[in-house]
Amino acid sequence: MNEISHSQKLYLTRIRRHRIIVLTARVLILVLFLFLWEICADTGIIDSFIFSCPSKIALCFWEMVMDRSIFLHIGITLYETIVSFLLVTLCSILIAVLLWCSRKLSEILEPYLVVLNSLPKSALAPLLIVWLGATPTTIIAAGMSVAVFGSIMNLYTSFATVDQEKVKLVYTLHGTRRHALFKVVLPSSVPSVISNMKVNIGLCLVGVVIGEFLAARNGLGYLIIYSSQVFKMDWLIMSIVLLCIMAMALYAVIGVVEKIYQKRF
Amino acid sequence: MTPILELKNINYSYHTSDGETKALSGISFALTSGEFTAVVGPSGCGKSTLLSLIAGLMKPESGEIFLNGEPLTENSSKIGYMLQHDHLFEWRTVYRNVILGLEIRGALTGESKKKAENLLEQYGLLPFARSRPSELSGGMRQRAALIRTLILEPELLLLDEPFSALDYQTRLTVSDDIGQIIRQSGKTALLVTHDLSEAVSLSDRVIILTKRPASIARIVPITFELKKDTPLNRRNAPEFKNYFNEIWKELNHDE
Repeated sequence: MNEISHSQKLYLTRIRRHRIIVLTARVLILVLFLFLWEICADTGIIDSFIFSCPSKIALCFWEMVMDRSIFLHIGITLYETIVSFLLVTLCSILIAVLLWCSRKLSEILEPYLVVLNSLPKSALAPLLIVWLGATPTTIIAAGMSVAVFGSIMNLYTSFATVDQEKVKLVYTLHGTRRHALFKVVLPSSVPSVISNMKVNIGLCLVGVVIGEFLAARNGLGYLIIYSSQVFKMDWLIMSIVLLCIMAMALYAVIGVVEKIYQKRF
Repeated sequence: MTPILELKNINYSYHTSDGETKALSGISFALTSGEFTAVVGPSGCGKSTLLSLIAGLMKPESGEIFLNGEPLTENSSKIGYMLQHDHLFEWRTVYRNVILGLEIRGALTGESKKKAENLLEQYGLLPFARSRPSELSGGMRQRAALIRTLILEPELLLLDEPFSALDYQTRLTVSDDIGQIIRQSGKTALLVTHDLSEAVSLSDRVIILTKRPASIARIVPITFELKKDTPLNRRNAPEFKNYFNEIWKELNHDE
């Protein structure tokens, strides 16, 4: 290890200080917000029946942990989100490959994909309930419907915009279109598949919650709708907080997958 | 002796909805085995089209192409093609880039892997076999691309401005380097370039094309009286300037 020069030391200190400030500020905002909320509710500035307060939410969470009912709700939402996410990823890669294989097919289907993608998917959920019944299948389908069309379009675009000279190289090495797909198009699209997954995991969660609003007996989406109807605001806000944490955790998992891929290459 | 490659009255046009652009008109020439031929012409005259036709990536509208006296079949394995850029894949190591062609052909055996290693060693790339292409210099990348082509043992090498993406310094050394490698391996080569000094320093013959639609304006044989006939030595020889001027005049005489 070389001797670190004075200016380098200063530079490193500056960076460290910057990081500490950012982190402290982040934590401080949260703590301050919770603190003010609690104080306002205690002193009656806001009505804790409507706005709830952090201590009541925490207590409510603890009660549900004790009677284990919360694990069912979290588990079911998580399960439905992950299944619909995996299905979206699989379907959109397969369909995008199919579209890449036939330019005719992709041109024929393009307007349909555009329409289905711009359609507000919550409009589809009631239809799905009638078709599939109020079952987890419906909710998984609702989760998929939000993400799948956009995902197909994004992946197809990234497949179609692969450097054509690289594809030509495969042909100069006497390869076929299949070789072009497996040796060039798919490997060079891995980064866009991953960034696509990052978007999809969030969208699937949105779709699953919409589905649970309409057709579920458990899950965080059901909990939100039910508690708003019976004015249990503690439950409602707790469910929203849990959804936030779940969204963050799922996104972080894809982030880890991306890190692993980048380290390999 | 049958020429390794023979073109007879080749015509080709590009079609768009706005109309038709004639690219090649009545091109005929032949290459004998072991010969290094360069094709020069004004930019956009259809030089690369010519190579794509010979490589079997496109079909001529009329005319015939013979390889060793046989009509050209699609993707003949006797032809190797080097593109303008090296197009090494960043998601593969240098070694796995080099064996790409073997993989595609299903010719990946213990023997061919050994050959890949030998070629890498011969061209000084063995220490970089496990590196990513981005860790190589421009010249080393071009060598790796050449090995990727040579490992398939083509009889005829098509070179489509393979040095044009390099900066001038690197370009002189790399073209000297690659030129000698091709000479030593005894391959027949067809080089397309817009750089006249590159054409003169590397080839035995220069085919000059006209503006679009391209036809052959003239064929200039190149001979140097040199003890050590390398591209760099040629650039310093007195004949170099004469050939350069002769081709230059031919390309510009109608302006």
